[in-house]
Amino acid sequence: MLPLPSSFMGSKPSHTSPVDMKIRSCLSAILLFLFFSASSSEQNVRTERISGSAGDVLEDNPVGKLKVYVYELPSKYNKKLLQKDPRCLTHMFAAEIFMHRFLLSSPVRTRNPDEADWFYTPIYPTCDLTPTGLPLPFKSPRMMRSAIQLISSNWPYWNRTEGADHFFVVPHDFGACFHYQEEKAIERGILPLLQRATLVQTFGQRNHVCLDEGSITIPPFAPPQKMQAHFIPPDIPRSIFVYFRGLFYDVNNDPEGGYYARGARAAVWENFKNNPLFDISTDHPTTYYEDMQRAIFCLCPLGWAPWSPRLVEAVVFGCIPVIIADDIVLPFADAIPWEEIGVFVAEKDVPELDTILTSIPTEVILRKQRLLANPSMKRAMLFPQPAQPGDAFHQILNGLARKLPHDKSIYLKAGGKELNWTAGPVGDLKPW
Amino acid sequence: MKLSVFRLSYWNRRGSSFRSSPSLDHSFDGKSPSSVFWLVIHGLCCLISLILGFRFSHLVLFFLFSTSVTNLYTTPFLSAGSGGVSQLLRLKPLETATNSTARKNSRVVVGRHGIRIRPWPHPNPIEVLRAHQLLVRVQKEQKSMYGVRSPKTVIVVTPTYVRTFQALHLTGVMHSLMLVPYDLVWIVVEAGGITNETASFIAKSGLKTIHLGFDQKMPNTWEDRHKLETKMRLHALRIVREKKLDGILMFADDSNMHSMELFDEIQTVKWFGALSIGILAHSGNADELSSVLKNEEGKRKEKPSMPIQGPSCNSSEKLVGWHIFNTQPYAKKTAVYIDEKAAVMPIKMEWSGFVLNSRLLWKESVDEKPAWINYLSLLDDNEEIDSPLSLVKDPSMLEPLGSCGRRVLLWWLRVEARADSKFPPGWIIKSPLEITVPSKRTPWPDSSSELPAAIKEAKSDTKPRGSNSKSSKGKLEQKAFNGVKVSTTS
Repeated sequence: MLPLPSSFMGSKPSHTSPVDMKIRSCLSAILLFLFFSASSSEQNVRTERISGSAGDVLEDNPVGKLKVYVYELPSKYNKKLLQKDPRCLTHMFAAEIFMHRFLLSSPVRTRNPDEADWFYTPIYPTCDLTPTGLPLPFKSPRMMRSAIQLISSNWPYWNRTEGADHFFVVPHDFGACFHYQEEKAIERGILPLLQRATLVQTFGQRNHVCLDEGSITIPPFAPPQKMQAHFIPPDIPRSIFVYFRGLFYDVNNDPEGGYYARGARAAVWENFKNNPLFDISTDHPTTYYEDMQRAIFCLCPLGWAPWSPRLVEAVVFGCIPVIIADDIVLPFADAIPWEEIGVFVAEKDVPELDTILTSIPTEVILRKQRLLANPSMKRAMLFPQPAQPGDAFHQILNGLARKLPHDKSIYLKAGGKELNWTAGPVGDLKPW
Repeated sequence: MKLSVFRLSYWNRRGSSFRSSPSLDHSFDGKSPSSVFWLVIHGLCCLISLILGFRFSHLVLFFLFSTSVTNLYTTPFLSAGSGGVSQLLRLKPLETATNSTARKNSRVVVGRHGIRIRPWPHPNPIEVLRAHQLLVRVQKEQKSMYGVRSPKTVIVVTPTYVRTFQALHLTGVMHSLMLVPYDLVWIVVEAGGITNETASFIAKSGLKTIHLGFDQKMPNTWEDRHKLETKMRLHALRIVREKKLDGILMFADDSNMHSMELFDEIQTVKWFGALSIGILAHSGNADELSSVLKNEEGKRKEKPSMPIQGPSCNSSEKLVGWHIFNTQPYAKKTAVYIDEKAAVMPIKMEWSGFVLNSRLLWKESVDEKPAWINYLSLLDDNEEIDSPLSLVKDPSMLEPLGSCGRRVLLWWLRVEARADSKFPPGWIIKSPLEITVPSKRTPWPDSSSELPAAIKEAKSDTKPRGSNSKSSKGKLEQKAFNGVKVSTTS
């Protein structure tokens, strides 16, 4: 603490010249600057602050910048689904449930819909799981449609903008296209009723039908407590060069190869299975999280969809993510400079992956590790219970706040209609 | 479920795109001859695929109907599931009706992609080297970020003397110290005065050394030996005080084994720390161990006692007592003389288990010196100190190291050769060996007639390493030897 001499600041000289005053004010400014720089350099670990394209947005506080109104839907849309299958709370699409819980108790929530900037519909479309735990999206369009019919008939806010100031959390494989197969998803496109709404989704790929212009990409849900229980001391040396655990061939759904991951994962396996620098296999080790903390690079290749929870795990454990997915849009891309944190490899360059990774200059790698060590980066990727400042919930609210104020043109004239309520496959029109 | 739907849809799409080609523009209404024809073709292709083992229809349609082939990869590979060889091709993007409604043009195509395999699968050695350099650099950075903040100099005190096993022990200690990443000062105190032998040995280390001579010779009994070693260590502490060496002082007996984590751990000492030592008194003789255990089990059915000497803590991580090596089972069988074949017992509190801040020894009262430290005069040679604990007034203020003594970071073991055993000075054989003993079987079949001519009797002054020695000095027991035999203490 630099003690500012009180006499210096408090003295009221009656006979000093203006030059004297100027010198004193300059000196005090310098002292203040030194004081602040000294206190900020006290950080024990040398981390770098992330400044995104919009400045230091990760630490923005959304409270006060927006108001969200949460619709009251009957529990068959949310609570009953959860009661039927509590596994929905732990799989990677659990963000929709936790977002609802967060908004219910958040200070941005308002009970007066007339002053709300954004409207949230608490619906869990991915909570329909097979016995093995995979979500089936076949009923989701109908459920969504029935929910929208409900809110449009009970409240006037949907009809006045046709949903342009509403947002929905759709964390499924291909977002609001509601299908797990890419071709089918492309065929269906985004649900017609949601075309004016803002979608908060995990899927992101440039120039793709299922990614709308104004969507907010979020990370998939990864259980924070489980990950935090596996932390190892940071001075354990990182001795694995490249690490990956997961499937390379999906023999159940793609026996010939070439479809799964667009052949990229298979290429990784075939080219590097004998390379001692690459620790890759299909094992499910119990020390998966600990191993990630002992690796420098963690591969995050695409699967059936381009996103994966590996990105979140890599960021939390300080392993540089190597993203192999063409044209992917990463979470919070407008706030987090992913180019400076991860390594992007085109799918066609996978056979040269070892050359690419070893030719990265040392300084660049050390800088990426310092950026990853920044705790605000890790916080932004997680959905902790209860919510903490700077976490993914707040980043979503920040993203929504950045889209305000709404353009006047979203408000339709009386009786105007933009959406086609009968568009889409016939099966979607059946009531749910 | 997914597979069948997938394949069906894929085939449908291929079929529909094919059907929408100029010649055929029927609506699909059943048994028109062309549809039957295509069904037959489809069946044929399926049969051929069954026989060949890969999707033959893909190939045919691709070659027939694709207009441009980009990047044809024909590297064959054995697919994981099927046994046959399949060719992997990049198929054109599906130009179906659905895609044409898309406003944007995606660079990434949906469908089947080739699996790219480079022709030379082995890693480039230069890249491997670079990767290892990267690993080293990252680990160095980790160490500087999360490791010890400002490392202090390590001052190591080692008492030694010239004997057969000196080279063995000193090599181990020397190499451990050479690996220590911090600044180091090695104080070697030698009983019997400074000799060239020891001096040349430690000069090989490249470390900063202080070689002190101590005028007494090492006695033969273990008890006297321990006392002399204590005196030698105190002599070293005197030098530390005189020279005002600053750092962390540790005692590395030359017969101990140290782990590298030990040196990282002692950097955390503020004033006086205590470590856990693993006592390997059992090593060497398995019969000894089993007899000891049997005796113990006869008395009470307990497991053998833990061979650790060090601090012990309660559940709130506070020092409450000491683990001592239980010498009871060995009461009758401990070695008294250096070369007895019995177990050597450690003294109650080995010096090597204690680490102290060298400022505690300085003469002038340093400001931060805690009140619970005794002042050692160190001037008097007759000062009887049996363990470093006499430096402390209040033993509970000691800092237990290695997560409260749970981690064993060094090991104690005394292995020595017979007191009269000889070894070539500097371990260099300068003159030819004095005694040659014919081996029972020579490896060369034609030399059986020529026995080596130089079978001389042992001269009185130069004796071989214990072989055929009949005379021994004084009070030692006689044992019959055949060949070289070194008594280990077990």
